[in-house]
Amino acid sequence: MSENDLLLAGKKIKSRLLIGSALYPSPKIMQQAISASESEIVTVSLRRQNPQAGGGNDFWELLKSLDLNILPNTAGCHSAKEAIVTAKMARELFNTNWIKLEVIGDEYNLQPDPFGLVEATKELISQGFEVFPYCTDDLVLAQKLVECGCKILMPWGAPIGTGKGLINPFALNTLRNRLPDITLIVDAGIGVPSHAAQALEMGFDAVLLNTAVAQATDPVAMAKAFKFACQAGRLAYQSGVIPERDIAKPSTPVVGQPFWHQDN
Amino acid sequence: MIEIWLNGELKQIESNSNLIDIAGLLGLNDGAYAVAVNEQFVPKSDYQTKPINKHDKIELLMPMQGG
Repeated sequence: MSENDLLLAGKKIKSRLLIGSALYPSPKIMQQAISASESEIVTVSLRRQNPQAGGGNDFWELLKSLDLNILPNTAGCHSAKEAIVTAKMARELFNTNWIKLEVIGDEYNLQPDPFGLVEATKELISQGFEVFPYCTDDLVLAQKLVECGCKILMPWGAPIGTGKGLINPFALNTLRNRLPDITLIVDAGIGVPSHAAQALEMGFDAVLLNTAVAQATDPVAMAKAFKFACQAGRLAYQSGVIPERDIAKPSTPVVGQPFWHQDN
Repeated sequence: MIEIWLNGELKQIESNSNLIDIAGLLGLNDGAYAVAVNEQFVPKSDYQTKPINKHDKIELLMPMQGG
C-alpha cells in the first residue's frame, strides 16, 4: 500500500474521490462519468419501484458492470428507525455492511438531525455495520459519533446540491486537527473542483460529491476535472503547504536591490 | 382477499399470499429487492414463511441512483 492510498473500512482505495450515481442525464453518461472520475466508491440508494425515475434492475446491472465498491445511503430517512430499517435492507440488497447514514432534520437544507444520527449510529455499529455518517461540521457531534465507534465521518461542506463549497473551513479545520486518527470525508455542497482540492489540501482524506459532476454541462469532463483536483489537493497536502501570513514577505531577494540609497 | 399497503398504495391480495407473491404484483419475479413489513426489515430467507396480515404496510425497495 502506497502512502497515497486510503485505508477505508479495511479496503485500500487509491482514489480520494467518492462519487454519486444520481442526477445524470442518462445511464450511459453516468457510466462514462463515473469511469472518468476513476472513483472506486459509488453511492446508491433504495427506493420504491418507479419506472420513470430509472433505477431498478437495469440500473443495478449497469452499476455492477463498473465493479466498484458500493456505498448505499439512507437518503430521505427522517428518523433513526427509518434509517436503521433502510440500512438493514441495503445490507442484504447490496451485500455490504457499508452504509452512508443520513438522518435528515430539515426539509430545506437537508441537514442531518444530529440526535437521530447518533441514535442510529449506535444501533447500526452494534449490528456490525461500517457507518459512514453524513454529519454537520459540529465538533461535539463528531466526537459523539466517534464515541459510538465511528472510524469515518463525513461532515458537510455545504447543504446537499448547493455547490457552495466549504462554507465553514474553520469548523472543518477544527475537525481535522481535533480528530487526527479519524478518516474524514467532506460530503455534500461541493460545486467546483477547487472545492475538492481545498478539502484535500486541508488534510481531509477524501471528498464525496454527486451534483457537481452529474449536473455539469459536460459531466464526463467535469468528472475528470474533479479527479485531477483530488490528486492535486492530496499532493499539495503531502508537500507541506506554506503557512498563511498577514504581512507581505518578498520572494525576490532584498540584498542587491537597485535604486536604493541609505538616507543620511 | 385482504387489503394491504404496498409501497404506499392500497392493494387487494389473496389472504394466503406470501412476500414472493406480493413481489410478483410489481413484476419482480426475479430481481433485486429488499422488504420491510410494518417498518421491520424482513430477510429474504423469510419471504415464503412470513405471515402477511390485513392492513400490513409493506415496503418493497429496489436499487436506485443516489448521492
